[in-house]
Amino acid sequence: MKRTYLGEFEEIVLLTVAIMGDKAYGVSITEEIEEQTGRSVSVSAVHAALHRLEEKNMVSSYMGDATAERGGRRKRLFSVTALGNRTLDEIRLLRNRLWDNIPLRIFSTLQ
Amino acid sequence: MKPQPPRWADKLLEWFCAPHLLEEVQGDLHERFYKNVRVFGERLARREYIIGVLSFIRPFALKRNVQSSQSSIYLKIMISNYFKIAFRNFLKHKGYSAINLFGLATGMAVAILIGLWIYDEVTFNQSHENYARIGRVMQHQTVRGERSTRENNPIPLGKELRSSFSGDFKYVVMATQTKKYIISSNGENTRQKGSYMEADAPEMLSLKMLKGTRTGLSELNTILLSETLANTLFGDEEPLNKIIKIDNELNVKVTGVYEDFAHNSEFNDLAFIAPFNLLVASYDYIRDHQDDWGNNFLHIYTQIAPSADFDKVSAKIKDTKLKHVDVEYASRKPELFIQPMSGWHLYSAWENGANTTSEPLRLIWFYSTIGIFILLLACINFVNLSTARSEKRAKEVGIRKAIGSVRSQLIGQFFSESFLMVALAFVLSILFVLAILPWFNTVASKDISIPWAEPFFWLANLAFIALTAVLAGIYPALYLSSFKPIKALKGTGSSSRFRLGRFASLPRKTLVVIQFTVSVTLIIDTIIVYQQIQFAKSRPVGYTRDGLLMIPKTTDELRGKYEVLRTELKNTGVVAEMAESASSLTDIGSMNGGFEWRGKDPNLNVDFGTLGVTYEYGKTIGWQFVDGRDFSRDFPADSSGFILNEAAVKLMGLKNPVGENIRWDTDFFDGEHFKIVGVVKDMVMSSPFEPIKPTIFFLQGYKNYVIAKINPSVSTADALPKIEAAFKKIAPNMPFDYQFVDETYARKFGDEERVANLATFFAILAIFISCLGLFGLASFVAEQRTKEIGIRKVLGASVVSLWQMLSKDFVILVIISCLIATPIAWYFMSSWLQKYTYRTEISAWVFALVGVGALAICLLTISYQAIKAALMNPVKTLKNE
Repeated sequence: MKRTYLGEFEEIVLLTVAIMGDKAYGVSITEEIEEQTGRSVSVSAVHAALHRLEEKNMVSSYMGDATAERGGRRKRLFSVTALGNRTLDEIRLLRNRLWDNIPLRIFSTLQ
Repeated sequence: MKPQPPRWADKLLEWFCAPHLLEEVQGDLHERFYKNVRVFGERLARREYIIGVLSFIRPFALKRNVQSSQSSIYLKIMISNYFKIAFRNFLKHKGYSAINLFGLATGMAVAILIGLWIYDEVTFNQSHENYARIGRVMQHQTVRGERSTRENNPIPLGKELRSSFSGDFKYVVMATQTKKYIISSNGENTRQKGSYMEADAPEMLSLKMLKGTRTGLSELNTILLSETLANTLFGDEEPLNKIIKIDNELNVKVTGVYEDFAHNSEFNDLAFIAPFNLLVASYDYIRDHQDDWGNNFLHIYTQIAPSADFDKVSAKIKDTKLKHVDVEYASRKPELFIQPMSGWHLYSAWENGANTTSEPLRLIWFYSTIGIFILLLACINFVNLSTARSEKRAKEVGIRKAIGSVRSQLIGQFFSESFLMVALAFVLSILFVLAILPWFNTVASKDISIPWAEPFFWLANLAFIALTAVLAGIYPALYLSSFKPIKALKGTGSSSRFRLGRFASLPRKTLVVIQFTVSVTLIIDTIIVYQQIQFAKSRPVGYTRDGLLMIPKTTDELRGKYEVLRTELKNTGVVAEMAESASSLTDIGSMNGGFEWRGKDPNLNVDFGTLGVTYEYGKTIGWQFVDGRDFSRDFPADSSGFILNEAAVKLMGLKNPVGENIRWDTDFFDGEHFKIVGVVKDMVMSSPFEPIKPTIFFLQGYKNYVIAKINPSVSTADALPKIEAAFKKIAPNMPFDYQFVDETYARKFGDEERVANLATFFAILAIFISCLGLFGLASFVAEQRTKEIGIRKVLGASVVSLWQMLSKDFVILVIISCLIATPIAWYFMSSWLQKYTYRTEISAWVFALVGVGALAICLLTISYQAIKAALMNPVKTLKNE
C-alpha cells in the first residue's frame, strides 16, 4: 500500500490533535505543543502543518462557535480522521518493531 | 482602554491572507495576543503579534481558494489549457516553430525600427516645452507670377509685431540664420555654428541651463555656449565669465552653458547663441537696415499668447508688411503668416503658397510602406505554416468539436496560439532592435534610442503585438476551426486520411506569390536606386578633383595678399598651384541676369551662374577647353574677359562664341562690355542630378575661397601640416578649416545613399523572411510526401527527377511573382526617377537578373529539403506502416 509519510512536526501536530479531543484549534494546539515539548512554536507553523494534514486527509475540520475573546471570530476545530488514526498506528508499530530489533548488546549500552 | 493589536499589522494580514482562512487565522492571533497581554504585558504582545502576522506570509495562507470563483473557473482552466497546448505544439515541432518565431521576430524588428524612426520624425521639435505655442513668421511673395514662401523677414517687422500686436504674442524673437562663425579662445580659433538671437530666446526655446541662467543674453557683450562647445573650448575649466571672441572682432563674456539641443530639434546644430543687439550695435550693415522693410535676412520666432491661436494671429498680421513697403515692392504682395512649430519639419516644402509633400514626409510614407509589407511577409509565414500543418491538427479540432467546443472557442484557441508566438517573437525582436540600432542610427543619420520610460511606447507595443497576432492568426483560426468533425475524425490510417480538397493549397500559394512579389519588387527597386547613384557618380565632372583643397576665407587677413599666399604655398613644395574663387567648387554661389549679347531674343529673361575667379583657377582645377583659351596675365584685356561653359554657349545660341562681346548690366557692372576668351567643358558644380547651370567665369569680384592643388607626388598627410603652416603665417587668426573637393562632392549623394542603404537592408530582410517561409513549406511538403517518394524510388525514380518534382511547384510560384513584380517595380521606379533630371534608364537586364537571382535563391532554399527527401532510404520510409 502506498502510504502518506509525515514529517516530524506534522506527526507532533497530529498527535497533539489526537490528545486535545474536541478542543483542538490553532492556539490550543500551539500551546499544548509548547507545553509538551518545551520548544517555542509559532501559530503560523501550526496552521501550515494543519493545512497540509488536511490536504493529506489526516485531519478534518469544521468551524466552531464564535467566542468573545477572539473578537467574535469563530475557531476552526480539528479532529483526527480514520486515516490519521491508522497512520499514527502504523508509525507507532514501525517504531516499536525497529526498537525490538535492536540487539541487546547495543540496547544495553544505550541505556 | 483595552489593548489592541497593531492596526497596520491587522490590515496587512487582511490584505494578504486568503479570505477563506482569514477568520480562523486572525482569531487565533488575537486570542494569543490577549493572552500575551495578560502574561507578558502589551509591548511584548504587540511585538509577538507583528511577528505572528509576518510569519503567515507563506504559500498556504496566500493562495486563494479557486473554488470560490465558480463562474470563471472553467474559462481560466480552458485558457491555461490553450496556452499549454500551444506550448506543447511549439515544442513538438521545433523546426517550424523556430522558422515562425525567427521570421516574425525579424519582421517585427523592422516594424519597430521603422516605428521608432517615424516617432522620431513626428516628435520633431517636441523637446521644446513651449512646442505647442511657438511659431515662426513666414511670408508668401509673388514674383513673376510665381508664389514663393520664405521664412526670412526684415528687422522692422519684429519691432512692429512687438508693438502693434503685443496682446497676441508672449515673445517675439528675431534671430539670424544659423551659420559658421570663428570662435577664438586662448588663441585657438575654431569655426562653430551659431546664431544671434534676442534676449527672450532662451526662455522661449526652454534651454536647459547647466550653468548660468536664461537671462544670460540681456547684456550686450555676452554669449551662451552649448555643452559641447563649452567642453571643446574650456575642457574641465569653469566656462562662466570667460572672455571669448567672435569673428576676431567681438569680445563676449560667457554667461551660460546650455544642454545641447535634442538631435531632432530645429536648433540642434546651434553651438552658441549671442545677443542680437550685439550684432546691431557692432555692424553698420545691420544698423543701416533697421528700418528697411525690403531686406529679408532674419528669422522671426514667436510664442503666441496663451489665449491666442495661430490662425487668428496669422489673419491679423497678414498685411503688416504690405502696409509698410513702397509701391514697387507691394506688387510682390507680401503676405505674412505664422507657421506653428509642429509644421516646421514635415511641412516645410511649399509650392505656390501651399504645402507640398516634403522630403521627410515622403520618406515617412516610403518607410512605413516597407515596414508594413515586411511585417506582412512575416505574418504570411505564420499563416502558411499553420495552415499547411492543419492536417496534423485536424484530429484535435475534430475531438474538441465532438466533445462540445463551439467554433468561437476554437477560434479563441488558435488566436491564443498566435498570440503566444507573437509575444515570444516580440521579445526576440526587441533584442534584434537593440543589436541593430547603433548601425541603423549611423545609416539613417539619426540618434534614436528606445524610449523605455515612455508609457506611450509600451501601449504602442501592446497594440502592435495584438495587431500582429490578429493579422497572423486570423486566417489560420478561421480555417482550422471550420473543419467538420466527422470528416476530420473519420479515418485513422494514412490511406484514408483527412483530405483538404484540391484547392486547399491555393490560398497558401497565393500568399507565397505575394511574398515573393514584394521581395522581388524591393530588390529591383534597390538595384535601380543604386544604378541611379552610380550613374550620377560616374557623371563626368569636367575638372580634376584629386588633391583639390578648398579653404574658406573667413577673415579679412588674406585681402590683397593673393600673391604672397601663393608664393608661400608654392614654396612649401607640396602645392602644385593655387587659385581663388567666389564660391566653392561644389556650389555656384550667385546667379545673375542682365546680360546682353548679339542675337539675343529680347524676351529671353534668364539668369546665369556667375563666378569670380583668379588667373590660376583653370590651371588649379584642370578644366578642359573646347574653344578659345584660358585667362592669361599676358593679355591685359582679360581683366574684362569671360569664360563660358558649354551650357551657357548653348543657351546664348552663339555659333562662334570666342571673341563675342557681352554687355553686363547689374548693380556692380553698369553696362560694361566683356569679351569671351574661351569656352570650357561643362563642370558639375551644383547637384549631380540636375542639368548643368549655364555659367560665366570672370576675373573680378571678391573671392571667398582659396583653392589649392596638392602636388600629386606628395601624400595628403604630409601636405596638410605644411599648407596649414603657410596659412597661419599670413593669416594667424583664420581657422584652417579645409574641405577636400572630392569628399564634399561625395556628400551630395548622402540622401540618396541613405535611402539606398536602408532599402538594401530591407530588401535583404524581405527575401530572407520569404525564404524562411519557403523553407518551412518545402520541408512540410517533403515530409508529407515521404511515402510517395519512397514508392517512386522503389519503382525506379532517380534523385534528379524527384528533386525536380518537389521543386517544380515552388519554382512556378516564384516565376509568377517575378512576372507580377516587374511592372509594379517598373512603374514605381520610373516615377521615382522623374525626380532627377540627370537619370539612368531602367534596363531590362535588371529585371532578368533579379528574376534569375530570386529563382536561384528559391531553388537553393528548397533543394536542401527536396534532396534530403529524395535521398532517403525507401526501406525506412515504407517500413513503418
